[in-house]
Amino acid sequence: MSHSESYDIAVVGAGHAGCEAALAAARLGMKTVMFTVSVDSIALMPCNPNIGGTSKGHLVRELDALGGEMGRNIDKTFLQSKMLNASKGPAVHSLRAQADKQAYTREMRRTLENTPNLSIRQAEVAHIDTADGRVCGVRTVSGAVYECRAVILCTGTYLKARCIYGDVETHTGPNGLMAANHLSEALRELGITLMRFKTGTPARVDGRTLDYDKMEEQFGDVPIVPFSFDTDPGSIQREQVSCWLTYTNQATHDIIRANLDRSPLFSGVIEGTGPRYCPSIEDKVVRFSDKDRHQLFLEPEGAYTNEMYIGGMSSSLPEDVQEAMIHTVPGMEHAHIVRNAYAIEYDLIDPRQLRPTLEFRKIRGLYGAGQINGSSGYEEAAVQGLMAGINAARSLKGMESVVLDRSQAYIGVLIDDLVTKENHEPYRMMTSRAEYRLLLRQDNADLRLTDIGHEIGLISDERYERFCRKRELIEAEIERVNHSYVGLRPEVQELLESFGSTPLVSGIALCELIRRPELGYEKLAPIDKGRPDLPADVREQVEISVKYDGYIKRQMIQVEQFKKLESRRLPEDIDYSRVLSLRKEATQKLELYRPVSIGQASRISGVSPADISMLLVYLEKYEKESQNRHEQD
Amino acid sequence: MNSASDTIAAIASGLAPSGIGVIRISGPEAFRAADEVMRFSGGRSAAASDGHTFLYGTACDEDGSEIDEAIVLIMRAPHSYTGEDTAELQCHGGPYVMRRLLMRVLSCGVRLAEPGEFTKRAFLSGRMDLSQAEAVMQLIEAENESARRAAVSSLRGDLGRRVSAVRAGLLYETAYLEAALDDPEHISLEGYGSRLEETVKGAQSEIEDLLRMSDEGRVFAEGIRTVILGRPNAGKSTLLNLFSGYERAIVTGIPGTTRDILEEKVRLGELLLILTDTAGLRETSDEVEGIGVRRAYDAAEGADLIIYVVDGSLPPSAEDAEMLKKAGERPVILLLNKADEALAAPACDYEAALGRSPIVFSAKEGTGRSELEEKIREMFFREEIFEGGSLTVANSRQKEALISCRASLENVLNAIREGMPEDLYTVDLVDAYTILGMITGESVSDDLINEIFSRFCMGK
Repeated sequence: MSHSESYDIAVVGAGHAGCEAALAAARLGMKTVMFTVSVDSIALMPCNPNIGGTSKGHLVRELDALGGEMGRNIDKTFLQSKMLNASKGPAVHSLRAQADKQAYTREMRRTLENTPNLSIRQAEVAHIDTADGRVCGVRTVSGAVYECRAVILCTGTYLKARCIYGDVETHTGPNGLMAANHLSEALRELGITLMRFKTGTPARVDGRTLDYDKMEEQFGDVPIVPFSFDTDPGSIQREQVSCWLTYTNQATHDIIRANLDRSPLFSGVIEGTGPRYCPSIEDKVVRFSDKDRHQLFLEPEGAYTNEMYIGGMSSSLPEDVQEAMIHTVPGMEHAHIVRNAYAIEYDLIDPRQLRPTLEFRKIRGLYGAGQINGSSGYEEAAVQGLMAGINAARSLKGMESVVLDRSQAYIGVLIDDLVTKENHEPYRMMTSRAEYRLLLRQDNADLRLTDIGHEIGLISDERYERFCRKRELIEAEIERVNHSYVGLRPEVQELLESFGSTPLVSGIALCELIRRPELGYEKLAPIDKGRPDLPADVREQVEISVKYDGYIKRQMIQVEQFKKLESRRLPEDIDYSRVLSLRKEATQKLELYRPVSIGQASRISGVSPADISMLLVYLEKYEKESQNRHEQD
Repeated sequence: MNSASDTIAAIASGLAPSGIGVIRISGPEAFRAADEVMRFSGGRSAAASDGHTFLYGTACDEDGSEIDEAIVLIMRAPHSYTGEDTAELQCHGGPYVMRRLLMRVLSCGVRLAEPGEFTKRAFLSGRMDLSQAEAVMQLIEAENESARRAAVSSLRGDLGRRVSAVRAGLLYETAYLEAALDDPEHISLEGYGSRLEETVKGAQSEIEDLLRMSDEGRVFAEGIRTVILGRPNAGKSTLLNLFSGYERAIVTGIPGTTRDILEEKVRLGELLLILTDTAGLRETSDEVEGIGVRRAYDAAEGADLIIYVVDGSLPPSAEDAEMLKKAGERPVILLLNKADEALAAPACDYEAALGRSPIVFSAKEGTGRSELEEKIREMFFREEIFEGGSLTVANSRQKEALISCRASLENVLNAIREGMPEDLYTVDLVDAYTILGMITGESVSDDLINEIFSRFCMGK
């Protein structure tokens, strides 16, 4: 007789998606079990040793405002922190922190183990049990049965994983961990379509064998800005560890070119599609042959180890070639490799089978989150885990689902792109993917999403009150600035002059002065008599809101237009073949994606504006008809 | 997509010369716009008038110069075709006056109506019953198709080429900016502002130029791109020489003599043909000839009309049928050449084999020439073939797009001058790019992301 236990929600996988999904589910009161092939690999960072970066930093901030864990966890465990794009506009500022990988794993595990309702189980899930199109349990390879009402798949790159460098090939997951070889077949049996992607990671070298004198030191920022809105900035100002910059050169490229035939990428051994934003070094050399050098960043893997990650040099070339090319790089002439670079291929599901809640359309209670959905990156995975966890819990409680749209959050952009667009490579978040990026800043993620996080139940009342106080201060100060007038006082003219700004000829609103390119909220402090003493984060919001008011208003008008189409819901049972005059391609695409709104339909490639017009007219007709039916009843 | 609450306008009477022209304005701002354009006597105004009345006055340009006399019909919601407030300006017509008047109306914060939009609004406001819904859909489809065709034909013409070039420049700059914002450690924006300023100024002067040309009522027509196709030695080059009136192409009896593309402008009464001779179509192992064959197919792809020449001294062949199929879906005229020699089979056999009736022809002696010319003229006036790049149907739409593109580019320049952060440049750059896409009939979709990845080396 085999073992059997009963849960509300089972989470398959304990990476960044799995951790957030399990925490959200358990914190929302669901009896939750999280499966992993190795308890020691919880919240593992098998590739780059950092969290955040352009647009990914936004994702972490948003996750934090909704009550996720990643932001708090990296605040506890970072080695270095930097605000990227700090010299550019506020919309593209992005926080990135170098992580101590082991500390990150350990802290996340501690949090998981101390969360009520949450159990961790080391086992490989091999089968999903369903009844009447609903999930009812999972079975492990050993035959143990875990009854549950919802399953969240967060298998990362482990499904039928294969690691390759040169002609060496192992059927393992990242870092030599066990691959999950049974689940793919089980998913196919459920009628789920699978695809195959590839990605890669660079070699790690022994820090003691590097010559840092030949590299440029990359320092962290002072002061350090925390990821989590919940972290007191004062509590994390600590000593930072540096990264190091060096470059490839002609000799490196010569070695790569001479050995291209030994690269499994070019010889066709790897069939999966690789990511364009994170190309292997051989890819960069071939595709951008006009560049005579490429940047390499040496980043520490943790405070506990000498290992250094060679950012920019992911590869699947054979061991001897890796060694030779590394030794051509200044500062790495005598580098000793600890782990080889490798490419990894894995199974994923076609994310177009998912609703925007990340639940499979065909199977109720089954969700996907993270790399199994075709994304790439720890942060992209984490936010999906959070949203899947929230929606699985709410669905079991009979509550309305939470779907963020493209005007609310990068999370909304990410998930909408995944379920609406055709993806041929692992999907990475980019600021250019967000249409309303001026509104979706990392500095205002709390203002955008804390209400929602609180309503969901993942933001405590205490934190929410603190947030509301901040919001009130911001609103009051903007109001004051908009209605304060600055007269022709000598100290005003003096200050303007000192910033090279045209002197006043008559009184002017304070907000107008703030908007002058050479001035700003902070710079005008000396002449602003009635200014209250405000915390830095409040002052920052006032400055941005006033300064970029024109652009912000324009985007808000665009958002209004966008919302109109988003709010036109398409009926679940719509039969597109009955919508006359739709082009065949559009009919097929609409049948395949089954968009939830006119807005989503308009973003599907192959659906033209004319098709959308047809749909609008059809919808009108449909609604009138069902209205008529009601009246007759 | 546009919201249903804004105000739209279009020429409701068609652009063909006629006694009277009508411009319809529909939406909440219709009367205000009419009052802005019109000068009425006695202090009257459209806004203050009752429904189903009319006013007489003069339509004026922004600078006060008179455009035309007009009668304005006032229809108040819901008692109008669209169910919205509607003003109809009736004037003396004439394509030039109508366009000028429409542009004036559009300068009052009114948007040009999409194809079928008046009818769509009529339906959505409940002015039509359900049985009419399908008719509306078909109407939108038909009008969209004609707009699409106009866009496609302008895409191939001079206007299209120039707009595409501006667009490509804007896309490149946007992609560079975005790549740098997404990967600041690899791509620098040092000194970028002045480079962008130069590109934007260049784009602006190009747009100005195009606008000036459309003001002068110049047509961007450049002729009907006519490509001669056929198997080797069918007599294509002889045909080109016949039309051009001199030995433009080298003619020998050796198949495969023409290896590249030869072009000649030929006047056909009021029509201008850009006649292109191509290499004979056949499977070949000769590399140079192979390139010629590929170019021939490429030329066919961009053609407004294909003249396919069949060697009548040979029986109908499956090869010709195959080649014809490959030539794509462009309009085709079939010539049965070498009628001066004995035809190998009756003309109807060729018709059966090749799916269209041929004109019996002799390029050497000129037999069938007038028939061919008549056929081309007939197809043109039946609108089966379009003149590449003619600026006709979509004129106002294109002009409106050029004007708003100019405004977006001005915003970019202002942002640069005011020292705004670089990421704000893209807001207006993308606007300008999208607007120009409306002229060439291209949508934005994932252009930007693809451009970023293909042009710039990103990432870790």
